[in-house]
Amino acid sequence: MSEFSWKIGGEAGYGIMTTGFILGKSFVRAGFFVFDTNEYPSLIRGGHNTYTVRISEDPVFSHSKKIDILVALTDIAIEKHKKEVRKDGFIIYDEGFVNVKELKGINLIPVPLTKIAIEKGGQNIMRNNVALGASFALIDVDPEILYDAIRDTFKGKKGEDIAQTNINVAKAGYEYVLEKFQNINKIKIKSNGKQKRMYINGNEAIAIGAIKAGCKFYAAYPMTPASSILHYLASKENDYNIIVKQTEDEIAAIHMAIGASFAGVRAMTGTSGGGFSLMTEALGLAAITETPLVVVLAQRPGPSTGLPTHTEQGDLRFAMHASNGEFPRVIVAPGDVNECFYETFNAFNIAEKYQLPVIIITDKFLAESHATTDPFFIDGMKIDRGQLLSEDKAKNIQDYKRYENTISGISLRALPSQENTIFKAATDEHDEYGRLSEEPADRIIQVDKRFRKMKVLETEIDGAKFYGDKDAEVIIVSWGSTKGPILEAMKLLHKKDIKVGFLQILYIIPFPVNKTKSFLEDAKKKILIENNKTGQLGSVIKEKTGIDMDYKILKYDGRPFTPEEIVSQIEEVLIHDKL
Amino acid sequence: MTSFEELTTKERPTWCPGCGDWGILTALKKALVELNLPKHQVVVVAGIGCSGHLPQWINTYAFHSLHGRALPVAQAIKLANHELNVIAVGGDGDGYGIGMGHFIHAMRRNVNITYIVHDNQIYGLTTGQASPTSEKGFKTKSTPHGQIEPPVNPIALALSADCSFVARGFAGDVPHLVKLIVQGIQHKGFALIDVLQPCVTFNYLNTFDYFYRRIYKLEEDSSYDPTNKQEAFKRAFEWGERIPIGLFYKENRKTYEDELPQISQMPLVKQKIDFVDIKNLIEEMC
Ligand SMILES: Cc1ncc(C[n+]2csc(CCOP(=O)(O)OP(=O)(O)O)c2C)c(N)n1
Ligand code: SF4
Repeated sequence: MSEFSWKIGGEAGYGIMTTGFILGKSFVRAGFFVFDTNEYPSLIRGGHNTYTVRISEDPVFSHSKKIDILVALTDIAIEKHKKEVRKDGFIIYDEGFVNVKELKGINLIPVPLTKIAIEKGGQNIMRNNVALGASFALIDVDPEILYDAIRDTFKGKKGEDIAQTNINVAKAGYEYVLEKFQNINKIKIKSNGKQKRMYINGNEAIAIGAIKAGCKFYAAYPMTPASSILHYLASKENDYNIIVKQTEDEIAAIHMAIGASFAGVRAMTGTSGGGFSLMTEALGLAAITETPLVVVLAQRPGPSTGLPTHTEQGDLRFAMHASNGEFPRVIVAPGDVNECFYETFNAFNIAEKYQLPVIIITDKFLAESHATTDPFFIDGMKIDRGQLLSEDKAKNIQDYKRYENTISGISLRALPSQENTIFKAATDEHDEYGRLSEEPADRIIQVDKRFRKMKVLETEIDGAKFYGDKDAEVIIVSWGSTKGPILEAMKLLHKKDIKVGFLQILYIIPFPVNKTKSFLEDAKKKILIENNKTGQLGSVIKEKTGIDMDYKILKYDGRPFTPEEIVSQIEEVLIHDKL
Repeated sequence: MTSFEELTTKERPTWCPGCGDWGILTALKKALVELNLPKHQVVVVAGIGCSGHLPQWINTYAFHSLHGRALPVAQAIKLANHELNVIAVGGDGDGYGIGMGHFIHAMRRNVNITYIVHDNQIYGLTTGQASPTSEKGFKTKSTPHGQIEPPVNPIALALSADCSFVARGFAGDVPHLVKLIVQGIQHKGFALIDVLQPCVTFNYLNTFDYFYRRIYKLEEDSSYDPTNKQEAFKRAFEWGERIPIGLFYKENRKTYEDELPQISQMPLVKQKIDFVDIKNLIEEMC
């Protein structure tokens, strides 16, 4: 066996997230590849939480449907997830608190989790650590990797003593299972050697990308699943001299980011669909004042409050058209944690070079799932501030026009406090100086000038990536977080001798028209995969290239795709076509 | 030396002749001259309305924001470069209606900026609807049978929202208004100057004459102590036969910027960003 999946399920509010993360981290440290994903309801206590961790000897890009070890802290966890457990898999459950009758083909591992936790640690909340230890007794690896990860997690926050108690509790769980279940067929997995890798989620990657890009100002109003960007940046505000402001609402957040950017610092805001709705008017403000701006839109299922803690890709068209009037914007849709990091860095360069709003669109699945990846390669990452005037250059300028009608559409950008370049940034249409003007000629000049910037930008951006076989029978097209499950599905299809290619649209605007055409025009079966109801990218492709998708695989139950789901739906398409 | 002439633009304001906005613009320019602030060190941020057009006619840096959104932009400009003098302007609809949320929070936040509200108790630019400060019973295009709600009391609101400088001026008394704006800019913290600004076109009730007959100056009452919040509250509710103008309340407390170690050495905008070392952050993720 080269991989396995572990899942813990229990009541919200009892440290399930930390527990899953510790398990993942311990395996990453030991040289394995890990992908995790969580599911939780929109409440703080009670309700049902899960955390799923997939561990592999080879790189993995998403979770998988089958579970090898289920840790059930409640009856509901058994009920909801017993079907996911593979044949001969394990269910560890809290003996005395959780009731299970015999389950065919599954090894039941009753462990008095709560009892051991109270005996060894004095607190029933530590039962999660007992469960971790118990889990390790079912896997053929050195449990020291677990104890190290526990020590690291608790030492910083709670001190050495607490860390040691948590370790003791885990050890007790480990020993209990070893002793009681001696004839168990342990899960075998072998590390290909320790190597330094990151275990990071999309929001953290975006935040670090922003820091690397010199973002000095982040304003936001809390909203799942964007909030952890706010939390992460706030935790680093003093180390990196960033002003991180929780505002009174999203309207204030985006206006503050615009104000800070106008004054000359790189600025960002982040939210989910509801907050983005409140920001839409200001998106146009950034556009008409040509103020650089980066906005993170981490999607969740709408409309309205929708499914606040779940995932969907329903806001693509909204992001493309948000705000009144016509103006250029850029939309980038990272598909994994690396793209979150590098594309956020790029977003700041693009926003400043082209003086326009850039939207980074993600979703809950990408924002909150941790993946394993090599440390970001930062050599050669260059900040490009475009036409921003230095103090010295500004001094020599005469008759400054902030909105000068240049060939590229990009004008010199002065900053308040520079002596010779006083100008007005105006929400109304204006002339080249920034003075309000309702003259038809000025209007046309300024609209055209703003749009001309996109022509230059289009030549700079390669907005799509292709994976797999260009001549494959099936070409999948998708965007954003579905990338991981699709890449995993491709591995499975490969084993079944089904050849698949995958076109990932990375930039929605400017849309990679030529590349899309070149990969799709002669494709035999074009299958669109999106985590939404209406296949929004499909309609964009049709609009931009005239190409229709042959099939659509769409999912809008608030959950991410599993690779297995994609495989079976593609197989269905193939069978259907043969009939 | 900053002169009145260099602050004056070639273009002339398009406000109605006799509008109170003229007096406010003159007073603002005079205050900048009196404080001798270099014009490139000043940023005027405005919302939307007749009042919001002001920055076009003063030769400083300016950001013309959306309706109700002068304050968040103005505060962020100050946080990004606290060496600038930032002045926000807007109407009563702009600040006390659509922008009310920002107004309350800006006051308790206490970023060191000055906020001048052109309070004409009507919506000017949209041709005469009721505003949050319109008096009860006031008939406008949108309230032909009389305004039902009582008006917002900006001074009392400011006092309760921990505003550290609360003043009211009158567009018909420019010398007095200059003094208030000068004090407001000099004040370390958020300064509110609510200015009674007759709209000669749409507000038939709150005219220059209406105010001439009612206003009195707090500073002419030697018993008035503008550091006493209780007293300030009493005067804030005085409206009718007598209307007080002047400085209601002032306190010294730390500004928001004072509490930010990030900018204790130099303004954010002056900090270098060409190479940010993120090795530690990557390490933490491993
Ligand atoms: C979001 C939005 N809603 C409505 C308007 C229309 N509008 C422009 S100015 C204004 C009110 C003007 O009144 P006030 O703020 O008191 O300023 P004044 O014109 O009286 O100076 C309104 C409603 C707008 N520009 N934006
Ligand atoms: S409409 Fe009223 S507020 Fe607007 S410019 Fe005319 S007088 Fe002034």
